[in-house]
Amino acid sequence: MWRGQGGKGFYVDYEIKREVGMVVLDAVHRVQASQANDLAVRWNCKAGKCGSCSAEVNGVPRLMCMTRLDSLPTDAPITVAPIKSFPGIKDLVTDVSWNYRVNKRIPPLTPKALTPAERLKGEFNMQQRDIDRVQEFRKCIECFLCQDVCHVLRDAEKATDPSLEGGFYGPRFMIRIAGLEMHPKDGVDRVPLTKKEAGIGFCNITKCCTDVCPEHIKITDNGIIPMKERVADRYYDPIGIIAHALGGNGKDKAGAAAEDGGAR
Amino acid sequence: MSSFNPHDYDVVVVGAGGAGLRTAIEASARGAKTAIICKSLLGKAHTVMAEGGAAAALANVDSRDNWMVHFRDTCRGGKFLNNWKMAELHAKEAPERIRELERWGAVFDRSKDGWINQRNFGGHAYPRLAHVGDRTGLEIIRTLQDKGVHSGIDVFMEYTVVKLFKGDDRISACLAYERETGRFHLFNTKAIVLATGGVGRTYKINSNSWEYTGDGQALAYEAGADLMDMEFIQFHPTGMIWPPSVAGILVTEGVRGEGGVLRNNKGERFMFKYISPLFAKETADTEEEAKRWLEGDKTARRPPELLTRDEVARAIRAEVKAGRGSPRGGAFLDISWRDPEYVKRKLPSMYHQFMELAGVDITKEPMEVGPTMHYHMGGIRVDAESAMTTVPGLFAAGECAAGLHGANRLGGNSLSDLLVFGKRAGEYAARWAKEHPATKPPAPLAEAAVAEALDPFERPKGENPFTIQESLRETMHEYVGMIRTADELKTALEKIEELKSRARNAGAFGNRQYNTGWHASLDIGHMLVMAEAITRSALAREESRGAHTRDDFPKTDESKWATVNVVSRKTGDRMTTVLEPLPRWSEEAKRIITSKLEDVSTQAGGAP
Ligand SMILES: Cc1cc2nc3c(=O)[nH]c(=O)nc-3n(C[C@H](O)[C@H](O)[C@H](O)COP(=O)(O)OP(=O)(O)OC[C@H]3O[C@@H](n4cnc5c(N)ncnc54)[C@H](O)[C@@H]3O)c2cc1C
Ligand code: SF4
Ligand code: SF4
Ligand code: FES
Repeated sequence: MWRGQGGKGFYVDYEIKREVGMVVLDAVHRVQASQANDLAVRWNCKAGKCGSCSAEVNGVPRLMCMTRLDSLPTDAPITVAPIKSFPGIKDLVTDVSWNYRVNKRIPPLTPKALTPAERLKGEFNMQQRDIDRVQEFRKCIECFLCQDVCHVLRDAEKATDPSLEGGFYGPRFMIRIAGLEMHPKDGVDRVPLTKKEAGIGFCNITKCCTDVCPEHIKITDNGIIPMKERVADRYYDPIGIIAHALGGNGKDKAGAAAEDGGAR
Repeated sequence: MSSFNPHDYDVVVVGAGGAGLRTAIEASARGAKTAIICKSLLGKAHTVMAEGGAAAALANVDSRDNWMVHFRDTCRGGKFLNNWKMAELHAKEAPERIRELERWGAVFDRSKDGWINQRNFGGHAYPRLAHVGDRTGLEIIRTLQDKGVHSGIDVFMEYTVVKLFKGDDRISACLAYERETGRFHLFNTKAIVLATGGVGRTYKINSNSWEYTGDGQALAYEAGADLMDMEFIQFHPTGMIWPPSVAGILVTEGVRGEGGVLRNNKGERFMFKYISPLFAKETADTEEEAKRWLEGDKTARRPPELLTRDEVARAIRAEVKAGRGSPRGGAFLDISWRDPEYVKRKLPSMYHQFMELAGVDITKEPMEVGPTMHYHMGGIRVDAESAMTTVPGLFAAGECAAGLHGANRLGGNSLSDLLVFGKRAGEYAARWAKEHPATKPPAPLAEAAVAEALDPFERPKGENPFTIQESLRETMHEYVGMIRTADELKTALEKIEELKSRARNAGAFGNRQYNTGWHASLDIGHMLVMAEAITRSALAREESRGAHTRDDFPKTDESKWATVNVVSRKTGDRMTTVLEPLPRWSEEAKRIITSKLEDVSTQAGGAP
């Protein structure tokens, strides 16, 4: 297990007794309770729901609470290390505050005009099939494993860049933006944000993020690629550019509002 | 140089779960300079784990539902020990709080008509839980978090409040330590809202996160506030029981809401044998009727698997006692008779949880389940309308507050509780802050509190705090569990005293930065206050009611115990436990809870 502070440290060997069904987090807790009280590790739910316990187990980014010991090879020690894209604080705990700063830059849901029936009821009227995609993105538990493996973030050290300008928000926030953009009732045009500040152009669709997502969200296929298409339509496709200038390109928000009765 | 950094606020909210976030959003919207402090990262609070849904009488799926039915269900579920005014406000305001979340970005599952869908849950007469698959808590906390960060609130993540201070007999400040550095911070403030959640980590088998050490309740107690109904610990009937390392992890009631049935080792669907008179009129008595109900027949009554949690947990225990339990001492919960695709869509995280942690495919085989400590009905006593505690300027909301749920909470009523009373707490705390000037900063007291918090470092070779915590958890499980007797409770009190002296010898080593052992040594103090209050209250209540079962007093005693709360408070250095009368029910409230279900339901096409 990796022990250290402020990014500096080394691996320390610990031995524990295995029990049926044990997960890596159990093993870490056992070490902490019996041999290393001051060991720093985050966890909350122990059920794959909070996304706190991300780490690299045998070099693979995973949730420790959802990784069973019997799924790992028994002939060698198991290595547990903090995720690497973010600065180390202590032991398995890293400074993920960059993600919170990025999140704050994304404008919240801004409902467009409601139908009279919706206004009367105080609820949106949406069909389940129209929100399936949005709900898929909203399954995100903010474990930041996708941010960890994204080579754009790793290479460019964007994770430590406080300014964010000209950088890349990373897969987690790509799907957050996509979730808002594809929300049937959102009234903000998020294509410029996606292209400019969020830097979708940096992503070259290696799908590493999708591979590690414990929520099985199809980050690239369902989120990033469709968003790239929207950006391309708007900025690079001549017909799209003209259509946008005239106020209607495919799923256009102003157009959809008119369908609702247009009352703003 | 002082040993802490000072900050100044109008309102400080302790806790960033659903209750804390909703409070902070409201306080800030009302012009109060607001800070929110939480032990974990933002968005990781316990609320994130809630699965099944939030109860609100939107009447989107069954038009017979309304606030009166919700109110009646809540009070019957709570065995009439609820603060009726809180139950009324909750039932009336929950729908608007849910709809507001939607406007802030929450994407709830839809009904056929495109409105917010609602599912069945134990104790609710009609499908009432707004939900998102089985990750409703995540949806709620993420929505509030995203709303919150645009609301001008200052967030202090991974900070732990260790002490509250009063000046002129009202709240003046709190002291917190920052995990990452181990540094201390003093928050001078006019109002504090505690939204710190529950106490589950005082029990061995529990469904709760590491944060559930009863901090808010203990801090309030130390500051002179009343604790109430502490004996009511909810054991959720369906926790995972195998493999051992996952014992206690919750299996949402949504499984039963979607048609999951409970069986014993003989394959019998045993719940039909355990229908209590209070619910007999509204519960199906044959498998045939239960099946019709599930298929949507409105003339059929609900299956007994959907009785309240206390009833189901007791039934499972009785089956185990009679030798009909599952191999590992629980029961079988089976949803595999339904279409696998339906199960995966409606209960995706249950499907994964069993697949990944237990190697069980719930679309093909039954789950093995047993009771797990889940929720605390008791907590800090608050005023129904304002959420203020008995200490001026100190408020409480969410699981750490008491009153709404009485002797037993209905599933889904917690998430709506957070929203309704979170908003109220924020509103009244902001108002309080406006009406009261700041008091003097308690600097010397804070210095003393810092020294006290650092005390474990004086004993690097002191006892391991994790070991002390484990002993406490075992004690509570063994002696203050689901079924209690005076003798066991007295033994528990003796053991708690022993643990108190062991706690004084807890040690910490290493440096202050992100030191989990040190943190654990600070938690023990709170946990011991909780353990003592729970045990003393359980000893005081000489009857069985809701989640509190006394083997030596097996009856529910309406003559004496239906009208009193058990209140614990600090008197000098001792804990006293007294009986105090419940607020008097209004005539209308009485009428609603004693009416027949049909008489308060909304009739098709008519009143009320
Ligand atoms: C597995 C599971 C499933 C559930 N499902 C449902 C459901 O379907 N429906 C339902 O209604 N209810 C459900 N519940 C119950 C419900 O989730 C909780 O009661 C509710 O979320 C509590 O919310 P809260 O805001 O009061 O506290 P929490 O969300 O627990 O937040 C507590 C906050 O206080 C902070 N805190 C604590 N102590 C301190 C301190 N000393 N200093 C600083 N910060 C502190 C914590 O860091 C945290 O931010 C479920 C519970 C569990 C465990
Ligand atoms: S697909 Fe794009 S976002 Fe995902 S890891 Fe690769 S570069 Fe990063
Ligand atoms: S998208 Fe998946 S991998 Fe990325 S933070 Fe969310 S849950 Fe984790
Ligand atoms: S502890 Fe919550 S995801 Fe692992």
